[in-house]
Amino acid sequence: MAFENLANKLQNVFKKLRGKGKLTEKDIKDAMREVRLALLEADVNFKVVKDFIDRVSEKCIGAEVLESLTPAQHVIKIVRDELTELMGSTQSKLNLSAGSPFILMMVGLQGSGKTTTAAKIGGYLKKQGKHPLLVACDIYRPAAIKQLQVVGDKLGIPVFSMGQNISPVDIAKASIGAAKKGGNDVIIIDTAGRLHIDEEMMQELKDIKSEVRPHEILLVVDAMTGQDAVNIAKNFNEQLGIDGIVMTKLDGDTRGGAALSVKAVTGKPIKFAGIGEKLEDIEPFYPDRMASRILGMGDVLTLIEKA
Amino acid sequence: KKTRTGITERVEKIIKLHQKLTDEFYDELEEILITSDMGIDTTLKIIDQIKTEARAKKLADAEAVRDLLKQKLYDILNNNEKYAETKAGPSVILVIGVNGVGKTTSIGKLAHMYKKDGKKVLLAAADTFRAAAIEQIEEWGNRVGVEVIKHQEGSDPSAVVFDAIQAAKSRNADILICDTAGRLHNKKNLMNELSKIERVITREYPEANKEVFLVLDATTGQNALQQALMFKETVDITGIILTKLDGTAKGGIVVAICSEMNIPVKYIGVGEGIDDLQPFSAEEFVDALFSA
Ligand SMILES: Nc1nc2c(ncn2[C@@H]2O[C@H](COP(=O)(O)OP(=O)(O)OP(=O)(O)O)[C@@H](O)[C@H]2O)c(=O)[nH]1
Ligand SMILES: Nc1nc2c(ncn2[C@@H]2O[C@H](COP(=O)(O)OP(=O)(O)OP(=O)(O)O)[C@@H](O)[C@H]2O)c(=O)[nH]1
Ligand SMILES: [Mg+2]
Ligand SMILES: [Mg+2]
Repeated sequence: MAFENLANKLQNVFKKLRGKGKLTEKDIKDAMREVRLALLEADVNFKVVKDFIDRVSEKCIGAEVLESLTPAQHVIKIVRDELTELMGSTQSKLNLSAGSPFILMMVGLQGSGKTTTAAKIGGYLKKQGKHPLLVACDIYRPAAIKQLQVVGDKLGIPVFSMGQNISPVDIAKASIGAAKKGGNDVIIIDTAGRLHIDEEMMQELKDIKSEVRPHEILLVVDAMTGQDAVNIAKNFNEQLGIDGIVMTKLDGDTRGGAALSVKAVTGKPIKFAGIGEKLEDIEPFYPDRMASRILGMGDVLTLIEKA
Repeated sequence: KKTRTGITERVEKIIKLHQKLTDEFYDELEEILITSDMGIDTTLKIIDQIKTEARAKKLADAEAVRDLLKQKLYDILNNNEKYAETKAGPSVILVIGVNGVGKTTSIGKLAHMYKKDGKKVLLAAADTFRAAAIEQIEEWGNRVGVEVIKHQEGSDPSAVVFDAIQAAKSRNADILICDTAGRLHNKKNLMNELSKIERVITREYPEANKEVFLVLDATTGQNALQQALMFKETVDITGIILTKLDGTAKGGIVVAICSEMNIPVKYIGVGEGIDDLQPFSAEEFVDALFSA
């Protein structure tokens, strides 16, 4: 089981606490060290963990916990609540009424899942009665356009492309006219993968943005991303201004601490979760579930209930 | 063009700050290793060893620790093994990994490298699942100027590999490289599909030197260890290709993998271009980690 390790560790920490009845500040410190290690092992960014632990420690050292007869439960509750709060407590949706056609742009590192997610969101919105248009602005990666056409075909969603010899800015611009002509009320722009430190390629995104003024820019992040997630998210957000995040590949066994990191560093909501390679494998992002996943919260909740 | 704060710079900083081997010094050392994605276990192990050695050698100042750390990482990573591809006789390379890590691109780069070496290379488009995966590897085949053996999208990948092996034999290819679909290591049926492909290779091409390259994305965190473990359970991995080292991720997870699993890192990917593949050198990797 993927989270066995993490859950066990927390369980051990809290078992130790429970045995004591009353806690000292040192007990809290010991417990927090274990929570810290667990979060780091889940790939939550180092600095994010540090801030988190500071906040939680402060709350735990409050008199209520120290004098409580069931201090472990108090600590667990504080950890859980703080984490859920960090993840964002409500589910965040696309603001589809922002304009018509509603323009959505997908950005992110190479291989994070932009093209697949663009199609998935298209399919998701089509089911809600929208008429999306997929726009092929990746002119670099071999067969990127073909990939978008294949997934578009599978979903019965039209794909706008102008080949590999027109600049992505011009393609994006032309797609608006095409959408109006084709009666498409949603435009989803697929862009090439790029590094956040690649100035030229980041400039291209800025140019597309200022040309078509997308209503939302979604940063697509691989859920398996490690400590670098904060650099990536921070850079894309500062340079481009993102409106939301999509976490992909959550069907794996990663703990997905990157979700916490990107949320903490950008303050932007995670809107969708990619949960498989198939085009229907997308769902709205549930922050509380993600918090549970990172912490092995299912087990923690059971602990609280047992006590 | 890119900014990358090396470990050295930060180590220098904490050396200046602490001078002596205090707890705070070790805490900060721990932070540096963890932020490179080395993981808790490996980090604590390395720190422990450094502490022990520092004590044994009666090292008192922080300065000396830097060389110790460097040596330690180098020892873990320096796992030289014979490259089967350079042995006599034909070779077959199976390239595997989770989704989007850079398998197909690395294959294009490898093919180019071998071709430059004067080898006759053949590619097998055995990712029959992903949208336009076949077209993607075909385009790489065109770029490099090597033939690609393919079937239809959705066909059996082992059948593609079977055909490619027959083609490799009849055309006297030196190296056959097989692309595979990205798959998450926790998906049983997809992993079974992989063992089937490996069995076809073993059965149909016994005379070939066999390599299995696991492609890992340097941006990946602790899950890469899980990937290596699970893929290794399924097929006999002979080497790792670590991609996307041109980003800001340090790729420290390979330190954890090398220290726990003994799989050598063979190549690194440093870009999307045809020439952006380099043989892995432990020395250079550690130096890169340490360069300011
Ligand atoms: N298991 C799983 N695989 C996914 C998911 N989302 C995308 N993928 C896979 O990840 C790989 C990369 O996806 P793409 O959509 O091509 O990624 P991209 O960001 O467009 O890649 P580039 O255009 O090369 O930068 C493909 O094999 C997809 O099938 C997901 O939620 N789960
Ligand atoms: N910056 C950078 N990008 C890379 C590197 N290697 C591959 N890429 C990019 O990563 C993306 C995914 O590469 P692919 O070769 O399609 O990955 P894959 O593992 O075959 O993907 P699937 O077949 O979908 O599982 C593409 O956009 C590549 O151009 C690298 O070393 N550096
Ligand atoms: Mg793409
Ligand atoms: Mg591929």
